[in-house]
Amino acid sequence: MIMVEHLTKRYGPHVAVDDVSFHCEPGTVTGFLGPNGAGKSTTMRMICGLTPPTSGNAAVTGRRYRELPNPGREIGVLLDASAQHAGRTGREALALAARTMGVDRGRVGAVLDQVGLNATAAKRRVGAYSLGMRQRLGLALALLGDPRVLILDEPANGLDPEGIFWMRGLLRDFADRGGTVLLSSHLLREVEAVADRVVVIGGGRVVAAGGKDELLAGAGTLVRGRDPHALRLTLDRVGLTATAGTDGGFLVRAEPGAVGQVAADAGLVLTELRPAGNGGLEQLFLTLTAGASTKEAVK
Amino acid sequence: MTTTTAPAVTNRRPVADGPSLARLTGVELRKLADTRAGRWLLATIGLIAAAIVTVQLFVLDDAEQTFTAFFAPSLLPVGLLLPVLGILSICSEWSQRTALTTFALVPRRERVVVAKLAAVVLAALASVGVSLAVAAVGTLLAGATGGAGEWNFDWQLLPHAAVFQVANVLMGAGFGLLLLNTPLAIVTYLLLPTVWSILSAMVQALHRPAAWLDTSVTMEPLLGAEVTAGQWGRLAVSLLVWLVVPLAAGLVRTLRREVS
Repeated sequence: MIMVEHLTKRYGPHVAVDDVSFHCEPGTVTGFLGPNGAGKSTTMRMICGLTPPTSGNAAVTGRRYRELPNPGREIGVLLDASAQHAGRTGREALALAARTMGVDRGRVGAVLDQVGLNATAAKRRVGAYSLGMRQRLGLALALLGDPRVLILDEPANGLDPEGIFWMRGLLRDFADRGGTVLLSSHLLREVEAVADRVVVIGGGRVVAAGGKDELLAGAGTLVRGRDPHALRLTLDRVGLTATAGTDGGFLVRAEPGAVGQVAADAGLVLTELRPAGNGGLEQLFLTLTAGASTKEAVK
Repeated sequence: MTTTTAPAVTNRRPVADGPSLARLTGVELRKLADTRAGRWLLATIGLIAAAIVTVQLFVLDDAEQTFTAFFAPSLLPVGLLLPVLGILSICSEWSQRTALTTFALVPRRERVVVAKLAAVVLAALASVGVSLAVAAVGTLLAGATGGAGEWNFDWQLLPHAAVFQVANVLMGAGFGLLLLNTPLAIVTYLLLPTVWSILSAMVQALHRPAAWLDTSVTMEPLLGAEVTAGQWGRLAVSLLVWLVVPLAAGLVRTLRREVS
């Protein structure tokens, strides 16, 4: 339903998105996970034809987004809940979209009801909305055309815990009825709660992708050596991808047996060697986040 | 918050065709009036036309209080505000970031731009109607208060007024498309005639080009009933520079710009 193939976006010398590929199937929720500034939003904008990619392709329902005659009827998009005219009422924002898509006016009331915005809220200007209400309005806008695909950028932002719980149910239900959902988040727990598949992005690159269970379970091996530097060099030499943790250990994307063998062959002393287990994805994600915030601080 | 049992998401109807230009123009017309700022701008345009007529009622000699004398002066202040309408129609999408929604629903951006231009042109034509209406009211009042109140009207003035206001609104839209930033576009647009007059007062060599390029000079004949071929020529040249070029360059910029 959503096919992303080798998408790359460069801004001058800066590579915001670097050769990103993944696909989302009907009936699934795909979590697009990454720290702030990892390239999630840029990738989503490229899928929706709002940002021209430097290279690569993206297709939704088999076609490039820009070639869809009436995309709102096939794909519900929520890229930024704050991107609404502050002077319009919530209902008016939906009415304009309904007219553009050629959707029956009655749908406006139906989706307002579905996202939990009551008549009073719908009559207020969006400028007076809280972020949570804007997210609900944005979701209403995405659902308005009765689409088969949802593309949502950080939809849980600003929602209260009850709202987050409600949204998970809505997305789960949408996917269970055969819909395709791609949602981004910088919160691992958020994605873990609703997604079937996870694509982890960091520094513009996909660093991990797969079924959630498989990623959470087989997230690699945690290894610690007496000489971390030598361990790193050895792992690099045999081509095992190792990410440095915050405490001197490494997360290696291989079985513990394989890692132990490499260390033994090199004559290195290990102080710890175990499957990373549930913490693996988190460890990987933390490493990405740490790197990103350091970069931001330096800027 | 209600739990709805919606039908299965798959296996559904063939997807509807895209929106027609007429539908998009309707949407853009609605956008002109559905915000507080938009409503105020439209109301101000109407009020200013009425205010000018009121002033004319007091300052003109009784014998001069004719329909034409009320109609023509109301065009100028309206013509000053119409470009702002054109600019806002284009730029508010970017300043309020609604372009994200608009272009997600209609990825063929040129269609949105054409619909916006059609909407503001219709608004400009409607403003001529407003000018006619307030001039008519003024004429009636003049007749009732001892003025001439004559209905003589040179019908040539009507198409000239239409060209005047359409050119004004499209120049604004062109600046908006090119600059894509409300304050920048408004300031640039309003400063331009002043810059022209200052420059041509300072630099002798600019006198002749100003007659061809300064729109405040070339558009002036449109406020009268007679426009000579030479004046049409100068008008065409100035509009080519200040209307057609910004529109074309702005369209290219809007089509290519990243929406975020």
